Amino acid sequence: MKSSPVIGLVGNPNAGKSSLFNQLTGLRQKTGNFPGVTVDKKSGPWAIDEQTTATVVDFPGIYSIYPKSLDEQIVTDVLANSNHPDYPDVTIVVIDASNLHRNLLLFTQVIDLGVPVVLALNMLDVAKDEGKEVNAVRLAMQFQVPVVRINARTGEGLEPLKKAVLSQLRQPSFAEKLFFDPEKSANGVIADTKTQYQLSNNYLALQYVVQHDGFSFLNTQQRVGLDAIIDKHNFNETKFLASETIDRYRHIGPIVDDVVTDRRPANQRTWTQRLDRILLHPVWGYAIFLLILLLIFQTIFAWAQPFMDGIDAGVAWLNGQLKESLPVGPLSDLLTDGILAGIGGILVFIPQIAFLFLLVALLEESGYMSRVMLIMDRLMRPFGLNGRSVVPLISGVACAVPAIMATRSIGTRRDRLITILVTPLMSCSARLPIYTILIALVVPSQRVWGIFNVQGLALMALYLLGLVSALLAALVLKLVLKAKERSYYIMELPTFKLPRWNHVALTVWESVRAFVWEAGRVILAISIVLWVLASYGPGDAMDKAEANVRQQNTSLGNDELQNQIASERLEKSYAGVFGHFIEPVIRPLGYDWKIGIALLSSFAAREVFVGTMSTIYSIGSSDDETGVTIRERLRQERNPETGGPMYTPALAWSLLIFYVFAMMCMSTLAATQRETKSWKWPAVQLVYMMTLAYVAAFATYQFMK
Amino acid sequence: MNKRSVADLKTGERATIQSFTDETMSLKLLEMGCLPGAQVYLSAKAPLGDPICLNVAGYVLAMRRAEAATILIDND
Repeated sequence: MKSSPVIGLVGNPNAGKSSLFNQLTGLRQKTGNFPGVTVDKKSGPWAIDEQTTATVVDFPGIYSIYPKSLDEQIVTDVLANSNHPDYPDVTIVVIDASNLHRNLLLFTQVIDLGVPVVLALNMLDVAKDEGKEVNAVRLAMQFQVPVVRINARTGEGLEPLKKAVLSQLRQPSFAEKLFFDPEKSANGVIADTKTQYQLSNNYLALQYVVQHDGFSFLNTQQRVGLDAIIDKHNFNETKFLASETIDRYRHIGPIVDDVVTDRRPANQRTWTQRLDRILLHPVWGYAIFLLILLLIFQTIFAWAQPFMDGIDAGVAWLNGQLKESLPVGPLSDLLTDGILAGIGGILVFIPQIAFLFLLVALLEESGYMSRVMLIMDRLMRPFGLNGRSVVPLISGVACAVPAIMATRSIGTRRDRLITILVTPLMSCSARLPIYTILIALVVPSQRVWGIFNVQGLALMALYLLGLVSALLAALVLKLVLKAKERSYYIMELPTFKLPRWNHVALTVWESVRAFVWEAGRVILAISIVLWVLASYGPGDAMDKAEANVRQQNTSLGNDELQNQIASERLEKSYAGVFGHFIEPVIRPLGYDWKIGIALLSSFAAREVFVGTMSTIYSIGSSDDETGVTIRERLRQERNPETGGPMYTPALAWSLLIFYVFAMMCMSTLAATQRETKSWKWPAVQLVYMMTLAYVAAFATYQFMK
Repeated sequence: MNKRSVADLKTGERATIQSFTDETMSLKLLEMGCLPGAQVYLSAKAPLGDPICLNVAGYVLAMRRAEAATILIDND
């Protein structure tokens, strides 16, 4: 027996596969990629006994081993290739006991591939509620495989599962004969494939024949060889697969009759059906969806605020303490103005991101998200999108990178490409910091109709602007891109469930960690580089500027003098030189060279903008003025030409609009490149979004000033 | 008279699947449990009458009208 075996988890969507995975691995799980492809791979360690720690791999949920989307392809690609590093030594097939027919279809396919399996019979409680009793012993006898009763939500049955997996590892047992033997009806094709590719399993040979284009382990020559076999025997794949499915169901029927005692009263109305009558209602359906969206934005803005203020104050206090206790010098400046200002800029957004992911996870978990896809499909279709595009678009509100990855469930290529291209227009959480600060600066904090905060409404308007532009962009793309295949939309509507809280907590934890760690590192690095660029300048230009100020302004008070010196020094620094260099381009949008620095530095990641502003403005202010937040500093900033506040509504809105449209995120472009496998589409995305941003910001500023 | 399809069902109406008019689509539908001879009933329609929700073998499948039209039915 191997000391570090691989255990695969396979099953229908919604059968409880992910719950079981969380039960087995808990917080030790990690997300990565399957080698060679960009399909998310969740894996984690599972201690089976004292000597053996297995790696559990959670495969994407599938209905059959014939894939309908890119994500699903990986399952057969691994299961048909015993040399694959993720090839499971034992495969646990998770079965939803309340829906045996359809779940057993996949199960019989997996056993026919010749992998040692354990059948984990899940959701027996749901079956029982529906009046169905499933006999696990009979099921085991029917298939000659180990069957374990589990409850993936509560973690019941994990010990027996361990024992079953362990005995399959020690002494793998297989079903004696194929459940469906393709040789009977596709004789020549199977025989030829077996001899030509040295296969012993008839069903595996069938997979070579019908799936070879999706098998990464076959080379071009081998694929051509298989095409030749198909041609030689005039083999009709679609017909054959349809008859395979019908044949399997024909044999599954009597088995289910044997193992299930059904006492279900006919026509009972479940509470899922009752809820659906309201949630899919022509009026109430949309009204409730809108209300939920509104609630999400109110939460992000209003409920997260106290937590954010707390973090803000904490960082400012720490900064003040450090400045007082540390000796004056460039190193302590770097620590306080560079690093701490940068870190503060990251930490402060944790509450909003946590709330956002919490709510999205709750909608997803409860089953409501599927209803949203359903009621939105008809509305999305005219835009070249479909109901499944709604999930990427809504996740895009959190982050475009996972959202673009979520488009893999969209089966049609054109719909998927359009969704990828427009998703970054949805305002992601990285834009939230920019929105929050600028809105707080120019929109009064009042209430209308007693409940809605005006700032919250302004925020929602920006998000809506993102949504509307995403739809319009999709419409344009639909006219440009021609459809190559037909779009289809068949999906299971899950019943409503109470959210699994450990699931929700894990999702929130993962996303916050990813934000702090992934985005945080970039922000921190850029903050430090920026501090250096802003603190040092070419030659002695900065010292000369300081001497100049001292000479000309002998009458000024100490504070004012220090401020004047600091801002003159910044202007002559490397960062200042950069800012001045691009000022002519951004002047028509209302921006000065300081904002220019922030724009440039946020080119790789837009969330850097706020960190940069903090760094720039804390450098540009006198040192004894501690504990003042970035928002206050922006408010105090004067326009040198007019003498009024620098951040007028026109400027703030121009910046806001710019960031709604601008494609300032390297990670998103990289994700688009990966998912479309071409450099053309990220280039298209970058150009169209930047053009849109510049034109819209220009119009906004010129119109409002 | 033309054959009726699932797309012609009214909400709450029952029928038995008879055959499919589209081979590629039938593969997907078969795997999801829409077998010839299976009892189905239309449990709900999305607000604009499309997509529809079809009860098959104890669970609900959402599909577009165009897809539902490829499933021919016998009335019960």
